[in-house]
Amino acid sequence: MAESPFKADIERVQKEYSEKMTPGAIATIPGSSVINKTGSWRVFMPEFNRDKCVRCYLCYVYCPEPAIYLDEENYPVFDYDYCKGCGVCANECPTDAIIMVRETK
Amino acid sequence: MPIRKVMKANEAAAWAAKLAKPKVIAAFPITPSTLVPEKISEFVADGELDAEFIKVESEHSAISACVGASAAGVRTFTATASQGLALMHEILFIAAGMRLPIVIAVGNRALSAPINIWNDWQDTISERDTGWLQFYAENNQEALDLILIAYKVAENEKVLLPAMVGFDAFILTHTVEPVEIPDQELVDEFLGEYEPKHAYLDPARPVTQGTLAFPAHYMEARYTVWEANENAKKVIDEAFAEFEKKFGRKYQKIEEYRTEDAEIIFVTMGSLAGTVKEYVDHLREQGIKVGVAKMTVYRPFPVEEVRALAKKAKVLALLEKNVTFSVGGALFQDFSRALINESEKPKIVDFILGLGGRDVTFKDLDEALAIAQKALNGEAVDEVNWIGLRKEIL
Ligand code: SF4
Ligand code: SF4
Repeated sequence: MAESPFKADIERVQKEYSEKMTPGAIATIPGSSVINKTGSWRVFMPEFNRDKCVRCYLCYVYCPEPAIYLDEENYPVFDYDYCKGCGVCANECPTDAIIMVRETK
Repeated sequence: MPIRKVMKANEAAAWAAKLAKPKVIAAFPITPSTLVPEKISEFVADGELDAEFIKVESEHSAISACVGASAAGVRTFTATASQGLALMHEILFIAAGMRLPIVIAVGNRALSAPINIWNDWQDTISERDTGWLQFYAENNQEALDLILIAYKVAENEKVLLPAMVGFDAFILTHTVEPVEIPDQELVDEFLGEYEPKHAYLDPARPVTQGTLAFPAHYMEARYTVWEANENAKKVIDEAFAEFEKKFGRKYQKIEEYRTEDAEIIFVTMGSLAGTVKEYVDHLREQGIKVGVAKMTVYRPFPVEEVRALAKKAKVLALLEKNVTFSVGGALFQDFSRALINESEKPKIVDFILGLGGRDVTFKDLDEALAIAQKALNGEAVDEVNWIGLRKEIL
C-alpha cells in the first residue's frame, strides 16, 4: 500500500505543535486534524474492489475526512487512520467498487 | 464634563455599552432587560455607536454570535435575563473556555416554573460555575460603572474571561435615578481599544479555536480557566483603583458599611444592600451593633476578603435571593468554604428571602435580625431560614 501523503504533515505537526497550553486552548499551528486520528470510532469500514473501479474519483471528492488518496496508478487508497466509516464513498461509487463491511479487529 | 441624566438601569447599561464601543452587539429581547438592546439599537441607528447590531432569534444565538465575533477579535456586548441566560448556558462555558472577554448585562430575574418575571438572583447564581466573572450592582450608577470595569478586567491579559454584570429586575432595570455618564475621552483612556492577542481572525495566522481536547489536554485547559479566575482577584482590585482615580467612584469586592464594632454583619448583594444599609442606620439609632457587607464581586469568590470580614463579627447573617437545594443559598455554601478551616470563625446564619420579586421590608429584616440575635446569644437556630414565607398557604 502506498504511504500516506499525510505522513510528512503528521511529523511536522507533532514536532511543531506547541505543548504549551495557549489561552483558550487555541491550536496555533494548522494541521491538528492530522494528529487527531478519527478512525478509531468506526463501526463499518469501506472494502475496495479494484477490479470494479473505473477511477471516476467520486469517492475521493466526497469523502468528508478526507481519508481517500490516490496511488501511483490513480486508484483510490483508503487511510483507515482517518476513515470514520460514514459510508459516503460506498454510496457515491457508481460501480459498487466500494462496499461497507462490519469492522472486525 | 460628565453629564448627569435621570435613567433606568437598563439605559445605564446601554450607555455603558455605548461608552465601551463594542464592535458587535447581538441580542434577543427578554423582560426585564429588553430596553438594553432597544436603546443600543437606537444608538447604532442614529450613528452614535459604530457597531454591528445583530438581531437574532434566541439568546442561544445571541451569545453564539458574540462568541464568533469575539473569537474574530472585537469587543462584544449582549444583555439578557432569567430563561434567556439559562438558554445561553452551554455557550457560557464555551466563551469562558475559549477565554473570550464578552460582557453581558443581566437584569436579575427569577427562573420558571412557575413563570415569574420579577427579581431574584437565581439566573446568574445558576451560572456561577461557568467560569464567568460576576459583578452585582446596587444602583443604576453601579450598573453603568461595573460594565466598564467588567470590560477592563475581562480584557486583561492575565484574565481573558467573560464577565456578567447583574442588576435587579424592576427594582433597578425599570426605576429611574440620576446617573453620571462619564466623558467618552476618559472611558477611552480607561479601557483603551481592545487589542486581542490570542483570539483573532487573520489569514496570515491560521489557528483553530474551540478545538477538541483529548484527556491529555482537557484538564490543563480547565485549569487555565481556574487560574484566570484567581488572577482576576488582583486585576479587579487594580481596575477598581484606576476607576476611582479616573472617575472618583470607589468600588471594593466587598463593600463594608458600619461594620466597625459590629456584632452582627448582614451580607448581601445587589439592590438589597441599599435596603439593608437603611435598616442598619435605623438599628444603629437604637444602639444595636450591626453592619452590612455588600458583595460587589461574587465570581471570582473573594475568599481572602471574606476571611477578613469574618474576623470582624460574631455572626454573619447572609441575606440571599437564591436557593441551592439542601444547602440554603449559594452564598452560604461559599462562605462555609471560605471559613471552614479558620480557627476562629463567626456563626453563619443563612436567610433566603425576596424570591420572585417578593418585597423585602424592614419587617422581614426584623425577622432575620431576631434569629441572628439568638445565634449571637448562643441559642440554637436553624442554619437556613426562609424569611417572609407565607406558611399559612402551604
Ligand atoms: S467511509 Fe466515509 S470516511 Fe471512510 S473513506 Fe468512505 S467516505 Fe471517507
Ligand atoms: S467512486 Fe468507485 S469507481 Fe469511482 S474511483 Fe471511487 S471506487 Fe473507483
